[in-house]
Amino acid sequence: MIKYTYPEQQDLERFVALRYRTAWIWQLLFLSALLIAIVSLSALLLNVVDGAFGYVAYEFKKDPLTISEKPLEELSKDELIAVLQANLSRGAYNKLEKETPLAARSEGELYNLIIERIIQIKTLETYPLFRSLFEKSAIEAEVREKYPNARLEFRSWLSPAFLTTPMSSRAEFAGVRTALLGSMWLVGIAIAFALPVGVGAAIYLQEYADRKSMVNRIIQTNINNLAGVPSIVYGMLGLAIFVRAMEAFTSGAMFGITDTNGRTLMSAGLTMGILVLPLVVINAQEAIKAVPDSIRQAAFGVGATRWQSIWSHVLPNALPGILTGSILAMSRAIGETAPLIIVGASTFVTVDPQSPFTKFTVLPIQIYQWTARPQDEFHAIAAAAIIVLLVLLLTFNATAILLRNRFQRRW
Amino acid sequence: MQTENSPYAIETRNLSIFYGSFEAVKDVNLQIQKQKITAIIGPSGCGKSTLLRAFNRMNDFVPTSRVSGEILLHGTNLYGKEIDPVEVRRRIGMVFQKPNPFPKSIYENIAWGARINGFKGNMDDLVEQSLRGAALWDEVKDKLKQSAYALSGGQQQRLCIARAIAIQPEIILMDEPASALDPISTLRIEELMQELKKNYTIIIVTHNMQQAARVSDYTAMMMLYENTRSGTVIEYDETKTIFTRPKDKRTEEYVTGRFG
Amino acid sequence: MQAAAKQETVNTTFRPKILKRKLRLGESAIEAGLFIVGFLTIFVTVSIVIVLGDQALLFFLDPEVTLAEFFMSTKWVPAIGEFGIWALVSATLTTSAIAILVAVPLGLSAAIYLSEYASHRARAVLKPVLEILAGIPTVVYGYFALLFVTPLLRELIGSERIGVYNMLSAGLVMGIMILPLISSMSEDALSAVPNSLREAAYAMGATPFEASTQVVLPAALSGIGAAVIVGISRAVGETMIVAIASGATSEFTFNPLKAAETMTAHIARISGGDLPYGTVDYNSLFAIALMLFLVTLALNIVSQWIVTKFREQYE
Ligand SMILES: Nc1ncnc2c1ncn2[C@@H]1O[C@H](COP(=O)(O)OP(=O)(O)OP(=O)(O)O)[C@@H](O)[C@H]1O
Ligand SMILES: [Mg+2]
Repeated sequence: MIKYTYPEQQDLERFVALRYRTAWIWQLLFLSALLIAIVSLSALLLNVVDGAFGYVAYEFKKDPLTISEKPLEELSKDELIAVLQANLSRGAYNKLEKETPLAARSEGELYNLIIERIIQIKTLETYPLFRSLFEKSAIEAEVREKYPNARLEFRSWLSPAFLTTPMSSRAEFAGVRTALLGSMWLVGIAIAFALPVGVGAAIYLQEYADRKSMVNRIIQTNINNLAGVPSIVYGMLGLAIFVRAMEAFTSGAMFGITDTNGRTLMSAGLTMGILVLPLVVINAQEAIKAVPDSIRQAAFGVGATRWQSIWSHVLPNALPGILTGSILAMSRAIGETAPLIIVGASTFVTVDPQSPFTKFTVLPIQIYQWTARPQDEFHAIAAAAIIVLLVLLLTFNATAILLRNRFQRRW
Repeated sequence: MQTENSPYAIETRNLSIFYGSFEAVKDVNLQIQKQKITAIIGPSGCGKSTLLRAFNRMNDFVPTSRVSGEILLHGTNLYGKEIDPVEVRRRIGMVFQKPNPFPKSIYENIAWGARINGFKGNMDDLVEQSLRGAALWDEVKDKLKQSAYALSGGQQQRLCIARAIAIQPEIILMDEPASALDPISTLRIEELMQELKKNYTIIIVTHNMQQAARVSDYTAMMMLYENTRSGTVIEYDETKTIFTRPKDKRTEEYVTGRFG
Repeated sequence: MQAAAKQETVNTTFRPKILKRKLRLGESAIEAGLFIVGFLTIFVTVSIVIVLGDQALLFFLDPEVTLAEFFMSTKWVPAIGEFGIWALVSATLTTSAIAILVAVPLGLSAAIYLSEYASHRARAVLKPVLEILAGIPTVVYGYFALLFVTPLLRELIGSERIGVYNMLSAGLVMGIMILPLISSMSEDALSAVPNSLREAAYAMGATPFEASTQVVLPAALSGIGAAVIVGISRAVGETMIVAIASGATSEFTFNPLKAAETMTAHIARISGGDLPYGTVDYNSLFAIALMLFLVTLALNIVSQWIVTKFREQYE
């Protein structure tokens, strides 16, 4: 026998201590990967918040305080019209009146008109939140020197008005109303397509398909692969099929709508539906798989047909899981950008979408376009729109988690 | 770890083992003899594995587990504050119920343990010696570089034994080492144990009464307390005494198969 | 007695011919319908192949284009009829390589920490961080790359050496984006390694670190390999981060400090404008998309194959 070739006594103690030290150092390294993830996430979120609030230096053509005695927001409709009449040239006023009679317009519209046509804000410089908080006096000094006529004001780019006003070519007045509604429509169409198809496919694969048959194995592998296809490829598919080949349907021409081409909410929604389909199928399969066999056997045991057992026992029990999965699919759809660029989201829409057969824009598209602009004030509204998008996603996911915790059954 | 000359290989004093608040093993006092085979027998769920795993602190990996009382190796309490479990396991090896070779080559399976424990010597010799010690050498000497997964279950289990003796422990714990094997492989493991006891102390858990009677020198009989569902050793003696003239009626019923 | 009597009444109403197999039209129709729906998913793949292949074919048949040029040339200037895919592939390779270099070590470390070391409470805090990272839309990562990471890099490296648009920033952020994917797939692979192997290692006097890095990690290696491959496929197909942060010049370069356009970013930029259907430029996008599809498909298939093999090993 070979004996005494291992460290013993003190040697062993020292040796083990050394091994523990190595282990400890590595453990710190492993942990630091997670710290990097935390730091990145924090940096990302703080960066967005930093961009969405802060000081702005701006100029008026006309000071709102000189326009009327009361603050503008408190003026009644008649007073607003009076202000417009007093400050606009006669020609301009008449033109507005001809487009839509002023008396028929809402107070919000009139208010916006005054801001755009009379006050005419011009943003000179925007400052991020953290600088605004910690270097207030430096900013004030800088503004006084560079723009002697400018006013400095702390502005939250994310505001109730930001949510309710439509697009505008001026960042100061732009809002995400159209984009938000567009996103809702889009998700609605996508899930209306993907949910029935996806759940149907999942039921077939889990409850009917013979796992060993060639066709079914191909279907399963194919679904797994579809989940990995880059989203931009779905965009190309949508462009070729929905925008072009099926233009008569997606543009609404079939239903007598003639003012659009195939680049509509319908095309985008269907494209997104196909994109999230594999996700819905896979999640629904998991949910169905989690229903124990004893339930099905109990149903068969009392003489149910296969469909009866699925409809009355399997599906009700799998429903929370299916819904959770669908909500996750919806959050995927609401954040996707690339395929929509390809399918042809519009760059500038100010009208609320009224039907699936209209031009559209969605939140991530707005974020993309505003981020890509060079001006700081557009970056600021991009940040504000990101917050809106993230809050929306958070709501979706929180709902999914609540659903799961509330209804999930442990068998 | 301090060495003190003790007549016993390992000794427990008022040992109780808990999972959370459940006392799985209660008040065990055992003196395990050196270089002998001790069998632990008893009905399922009476805490045999729990007790065995306590000997080399494998229960540390169950977060809820807790021990009271003492397990003494050379007079040192293995559960003392200053004791390092890694050192304990280096001295007290273990063979599991199901063969669990690493997904590496046969050679690596043995060399790995030696290497991490700071072995300084000829590795090839160690591998050969250990495989010979586990009566496996002749069967695998030509395929040391092949995956251990290519071996049969019985061969894998002997490889696990070889792996355990390669780090030269004092005690080898075996939890039903032959229960997943066919009778021929079982026989080989039993013969091997007789060989091994010349150098090592062996503690084996088994459900097989014949096996306990055949291979062991001492036997500890475990049983559940009726009311608390905790297990304890109700009788501990030389194997032939346990099997021929047990003092406890429950032992007699159990070894003769009239129990439960 | 009572039971016997009851049985008799049952027997009197029992007519064996009920047992004959019935044709249940409804049931068969439902099954057929569900099968068709399932089959529809294959139709999606088929149409991707047909749509991309058809337009790509038109592109390759165009007299301005030759296969040799497409696969060999390093110039992509549609305006003068230069279609060398390498100009775009180089940027895709560079950004993906950076992303993988960031994501694999970090993701793997995170997975090892989570599966081998973290207490329940630590997991409860750390896991959601990764899940949130995984749920953030890529356009937001694009914003982060352009407006946080790039300025930071310009500060560190010097704004004369690195531009407002560069592949480094896009690659780094893409790495952060892929990190959760790599870590969750690796964690699955690590936890699929049976506990008996860990126990075997511990029983031989291994420390938890030695057990996890020298026994568990190698045993999970194929599963981790699958994670890396899926990560590569994600990086290659990622669009928004590169479209926003890495610039709009199709240039053949592997220098991460420079701006260059990836395959995906090029498709996004060109199709974003109103390109007339049927032109060579338009068709070229489908050729690029076809390449993307085939590459990512191959990567995904390989990865799935590895995962299946890996699972079998421990069953
Ligand atoms: N990890 C654990 N957590 C909680 N309780 C446990 C754990 N492991 C075992 N137990 C409990 O401890 C008691 C003893 O279990 P143990 O596995 O030691 O029995 P055993 O005698 O080895 O049984 P068998 O002969 O079936 O292997 C049982 O009641 C069991 O449920
Ligand atoms: Mg046991």
